[in-house]
Amino acid sequence: MDFSLNGDQTLIQGQLESFIQKDYDWETRQKICSSDLGFSKEHWKTFADLGWLGLCISEESGGFGGSAIETMIIMEQFGKALVLEPFLETIILSGNIIDMAASKELKENVLSQVIEGNCQLATAFVEPQSRFNLSDVNTTALLKDNNYNLNGFKSVVMNGPAADFFIVVARTSGAQFDKEGLSLFIVDSKSKGISLRNYSTVDGRRASELNMENVQIQSSNLIGEEGKGLKVLCKAIDNATLAICAEAVGAMEVLYKDTVEYTKTRKQFGQPIGKFQVLQHRMVDMFMEYEQSKSLMYMVAMKLAEEAKDGEKAVASLKYQVGKASKFIGQQAVQLHGGMGVTDELNIGHYFKRLTVINTIFGNYDYQLKRYSEL
Amino acid sequence: MDLTFSEKDLEFKAEVQYFIKENYPADIKEKQDNRLPLEKEEIVRWQKILANQGWFAINWPKEYGGTDWTPTQKYIFQNELAAANTPIQIPFGVNMCGPVIYSFGTKQQKEDYLPGIINSDVWWCQGYSEPGSGSDLASLTTKAEKKGDSYIVNGAKTWTTLAQHADWIFCLVRTESTAIKQEGISFMLIDMKSSGIEIKPIITIDGSHEVNMVYFDNVEVPSSNLVGEEGQGWNIAKFLLMHERTGIAGLASLKRELRRIKDIAASTPIGEECLMDDASFKLKVNQAEIELLATEYTELRTLSAISVGGAPGPESSILKIKGTELQQTLSELSIEMLAYYSHPFFSEQELGSNDSIGPTHASSAMPHYLNFRKVTIYGGSNEIQRNVIAKAILGL
Repeated sequence: MDFSLNGDQTLIQGQLESFIQKDYDWETRQKICSSDLGFSKEHWKTFADLGWLGLCISEESGGFGGSAIETMIIMEQFGKALVLEPFLETIILSGNIIDMAASKELKENVLSQVIEGNCQLATAFVEPQSRFNLSDVNTTALLKDNNYNLNGFKSVVMNGPAADFFIVVARTSGAQFDKEGLSLFIVDSKSKGISLRNYSTVDGRRASELNMENVQIQSSNLIGEEGKGLKVLCKAIDNATLAICAEAVGAMEVLYKDTVEYTKTRKQFGQPIGKFQVLQHRMVDMFMEYEQSKSLMYMVAMKLAEEAKDGEKAVASLKYQVGKASKFIGQQAVQLHGGMGVTDELNIGHYFKRLTVINTIFGNYDYQLKRYSEL
Repeated sequence: MDLTFSEKDLEFKAEVQYFIKENYPADIKEKQDNRLPLEKEEIVRWQKILANQGWFAINWPKEYGGTDWTPTQKYIFQNELAAANTPIQIPFGVNMCGPVIYSFGTKQQKEDYLPGIINSDVWWCQGYSEPGSGSDLASLTTKAEKKGDSYIVNGAKTWTTLAQHADWIFCLVRTESTAIKQEGISFMLIDMKSSGIEIKPIITIDGSHEVNMVYFDNVEVPSSNLVGEEGQGWNIAKFLLMHERTGIAGLASLKRELRRIKDIAASTPIGEECLMDDASFKLKVNQAEIELLATEYTELRTLSAISVGGAPGPESSILKIKGTELQQTLSELSIEMLAYYSHPFFSEQELGSNDSIGPTHASSAMPHYLNFRKVTIYGGSNEIQRNVIAKAILGL
């Protein structure tokens, strides 16, 4: 039993901490957030130069072969500073899918560009009716003369506006809810028949509504086996769920610590409000929810790293805990900051918004509890 | 014990319903039903429609333009307005400053200020909280120094709701440094056009501009704008809080909101079922419904106590806490219903523009959720409310 990081991992964590301290103060972050792109190309280049973009990609695919532990380390630090760069979307979710299942040719053409920092990806796995059910898919891809003809609509595609390529989940056979018959495709965002509606999301990030009308895809752009895409997608989403939970753990740490600090300095009735027992107990509960989340985060990282059989169920337990904890911590951080907590000016509200969004992404706590019960 | 309304009450209810049906402007209704922010003009227009009927300042004594309705009639009226989703009435004039002026003001002040409130020609805002004085309101430091026939006011007020629309502000100011901090506070009316007043918007996490900082830099205020005596301000503020607390729960609008959530959930697919049939969602909706029911009957008990001549009992203190917690619970259900479609976000200005992403109810859900974090903070935070109950009711 060992919960400590090894030498390389400690080094990476140190690198991330110093990047965030030096280059990602709150003012800088807010400037990046209000830019057109919504993230910084320079930062992305830095990520590439420091080797972070390839860290969680296998060596066979041109990466550095890091595991779920490395994913966790990076994302927890990103969560502390609410880093806006689409590491989750491009690397952890989409990069992982290509890494796991795509042809050698696709890896060389696309993934190597991603690792070098020249290419953005977005995975389109949500439809207007699908909520959290990954196999509820109406988008179709029909094979004709060595080309797939893609038709359908994907909603709230994270990092959609910046994506050079989409990974699209489409039905090559079967009916709307069938688990079989789903396939994954790499689609150039400039393909004919694609139209995007881009917008900001409440956490200051960017997303798109993606409409596909007779988009022609060469069969070489199929990722993995036709009709067997769901398994790959689920596995990538489990990894991405750990990643986003680690981000949440980082964000929760900032929230509970900032709240404790604030209540030490804010005085009412002649004393710091942190002296009031009712608030002390509230903050103790915030702290415990954070610690419990962190414990499950470590558990899941280790289970995924060693490809444990019960990894999926472990992920569901983590996302449930993180969803519950981040709602409680987010809401109470705002409450204990009083009026200041609801201002746009203070960072607290922004952490709260990101945590609110994270609860939904890949399934909220109700969904995860149900999934856990069924697994 | 009897749960039914009298024949007379039912007739009154029908009269109110008919009035709303005939007089509620379609354009305002449409905005309300789509949960879009209203312009100042629209809020004022609706208040004037009520005032024309003599139904605006319903809690005021008849001699000042109020009604002689029974508590039950007032309850029915508020309920019907909320059930029809009419705009909330801005409380600062009619429910706050008005009652202070007719209870504590001079004859001249009543003549000067009450008509403008009744006919909504004058928009009032409230100058209470300060950057250093939130829950501990009595520690406020905005100073009013007597100089000849005037006071010179210096300081800053914060969280001033809709000050950007306001013509006048009623303020708690410190006229004297006293050993007991409550004793040096006075209640003052200040013209927002006075020189030396500056308003700075505070943007909240939902992206809206609802609250403001208001700065006073050597603002000259005529002595005649003091309401009551110097040093009486704290008693007036406490009087106002009693008026405010019962009105804040807004249970009728919660009932309407719960109905709306059920309707939307019934038409939101989740696999081959609808969301309303989803076990965990249904459970949460029903939990909220029971909580709402209990709170409604707590409110009815309060009402019944008042109608037989009693003062609002301990139940009224529960209403702010339970009502606001319910508001937040329902706003949470609203975003949960939408799943990923709760994420697209538009500024206050963009909200009206038919450009919503996802279902039509999507664009306002997240802003409401975020905005409603305020309800357990304002009007005396729920922590302070619990302190009040512990002290005043449980005797702790």
